[in-house]
Amino acid sequence: MSPLLEIEDLRVSFRTEDGVVGAVDGVSLSVDRDRTLGIVGESGSGKSVTGLTVMGLTRGRSTTISGSVRFDGRELTTASDAELRTVRGNDIAMIFQDPLSSLHPFYTVGRQLTEAVRAHRDVGQGEAHDRAVELMRLVGIPEPEQRMRAYPHEFSGGMRQRAMIAMALVNDPRLLIADEPTTALDVTVQAQILELIGELQKRLGMAVIIVTHDLGVVAEIADDVAVMYAGRIVEQAPKEGLFGAPRHPYTWGLLGSIPRLTAPRDEALVPIAGRPPSLIHPPSGCRFHPRCPYVRPHHTRIDPQLEPTGDPDHDVACLLPDPVRRALWAKLAAGATPQEARATEDEMMGPPTETETETQAGRP
Amino acid sequence: MTRYVIRRLLWVVVLLFLVSALTFVIFFVLPSTDPAALRAGKTRDPEVINAIREQLGLNKPKIEQFWIYLKGIVLHFDFGHSYLNNLNVRDEILSRLPATISLSLGALVIWLFVGISVGIISAVRRRSLMDRAAMGTTLVMISAPVYWLGLVSLLLFSQGIGVIPIFPGSGSYTPLSEDPWKWFTSLILPWLVLSAAFAAIYARILRANMIETLSEDYIRTARAKGLSERRIVLGHALRSAITPIVTLAGLDLGVLLGGAILTETVFNIPGVGRLSYDAIIHGDLPTVQGTVLFGAFFIVILNLVVDIAYAYLDPRVRYT
Repeated sequence: MSPLLEIEDLRVSFRTEDGVVGAVDGVSLSVDRDRTLGIVGESGSGKSVTGLTVMGLTRGRSTTISGSVRFDGRELTTASDAELRTVRGNDIAMIFQDPLSSLHPFYTVGRQLTEAVRAHRDVGQGEAHDRAVELMRLVGIPEPEQRMRAYPHEFSGGMRQRAMIAMALVNDPRLLIADEPTTALDVTVQAQILELIGELQKRLGMAVIIVTHDLGVVAEIADDVAVMYAGRIVEQAPKEGLFGAPRHPYTWGLLGSIPRLTAPRDEALVPIAGRPPSLIHPPSGCRFHPRCPYVRPHHTRIDPQLEPTGDPDHDVACLLPDPVRRALWAKLAAGATPQEARATEDEMMGPPTETETETQAGRP
Repeated sequence: MTRYVIRRLLWVVVLLFLVSALTFVIFFVLPSTDPAALRAGKTRDPEVINAIREQLGLNKPKIEQFWIYLKGIVLHFDFGHSYLNNLNVRDEILSRLPATISLSLGALVIWLFVGISVGIISAVRRRSLMDRAAMGTTLVMISAPVYWLGLVSLLLFSQGIGVIPIFPGSGSYTPLSEDPWKWFTSLILPWLVLSAAFAAIYARILRANMIETLSEDYIRTARAKGLSERRIVLGHALRSAITPIVTLAGLDLGVLLGGAILTETVFNIPGVGRLSYDAIIHGDLPTVQGTVLFGAFFIVILNLVVDIAYAYLDPRVRYT
């Protein structure tokens, strides 16, 4: 059986006054029933755009979309707006980062939920109301009957996100796309919301895509992980593979920049140097090369492709030879700094050439 | 809410007192004519004028005159008599109010309808030919002075002098109670002229509001729910974007009810605006005072109405 959602070579670009922004550049992904996929990356990596494009929410006059998004065998990129509308909020639902700004401030939560029901089901107000209350109860909102009449600003942040989830699930979607669902919430509430999503996923048998910049969220809830950088997937693996044996220097950077409870207290967090690249003029060769501590001269010219690492379902787009990457990660995992690890690389591959020194001098 | 309204109403009284005091002061600090001479008409006889001065109480100290005036308003709802023709100012204003209300409300309906429709379409079809044409037209409408637009419309369309004489001309106003059809036709041109600039301003404001609202997160949510574009625009976006329009409409209506001076003058409509225009020209203090107070009253009351309406339009607003 083919996967529930299959994205193939998706490209999304926006025409802006400054030039064409290639937000998503050749992304291929698939999500199966009962699975949770985490898409991780910095702001501007194209992770949110990927999620929105599945729903057709990036369509517009200045947007160019190519490639394919197949949901249960149906092609969505070429579907008409009317066709897409029957999928949105019905087969595929979405929740967003900030539940306060994502709910209409002038309408009661109940009205917004019943509206979602009636957008796809030919039912009366009473039936839609009952369904909405049922979902409010399911997501753990106390006294759902009364809360139906409240406005979004009368809810707490966590309850608002629960209401958003209730609204998304009201039509039994088969796929839920959660775009940074916990980013705007308090840390304590974050865990509850993640737990709720995980629980509902199991209970309802949905597929879930969770888009986040936070590897902690992924570790909590995802089965598979795709790491995005500058519009592309640079590493893709089952969660255990990604956290156990990450293969891409960018993933190492992400892992190095989260605090660990088990680490000594004076251990410094290692931020990834530099900034996310411009998507109007992306870097040549490997897009991560201007920020990569392990860059080699030819990396600025050759564009790496996503290739199998040998581990099951684990792909990476990196030009470093696999043995070198393994050695580097071993060093980093043992607590070495990127500079120290770099010495190992030079040992294995020979010292950098003159051209390489130039490249390094030009790095931020 | 009730306490809020009571507090606001008390402020209305304070404000109206200040307005009348201010008009009084302005009138006497910058005296234009001798009211007694005005009342005497063609006579230049100093004795007659003195007698009138005595009769109108103009010899008394200014502060006492103001006190008598205020007492009249508070105790008898009496605004005094015109220096010009001795008519009762209150009755004069009330008799002219229907014309002003007809003009203002009719124009309000037109400009809200046109402004809101154009605003929505322009926002949804942003940068289209239609949008550009509409926004260009609104610029012209805003820039054209009402008296000029009024005269041009008379020259073009009024019976008697118009190139295409399809509407009754200046001075054709007929009260609604006399002849509804004549009332309607005589007001078509004034309505259009008065509403032109308002419609243009409202269209531009609503367009800007709609464009901003359409990029809000909750509009994205509405799309993600699978709602139709029509529902998204009219049900979700317009609901938020129209709130400032309601405020504006209330305030503008308040101003107009105090007298649409230019439009009433150009079309010779016997409304409150026309009355205050004549009173100002002739230095007729009681009438000026009366029309100013009425105008201020409408503005302050509609301000209050708008603020109360806001609590219903935006559930986040709560008054205490």
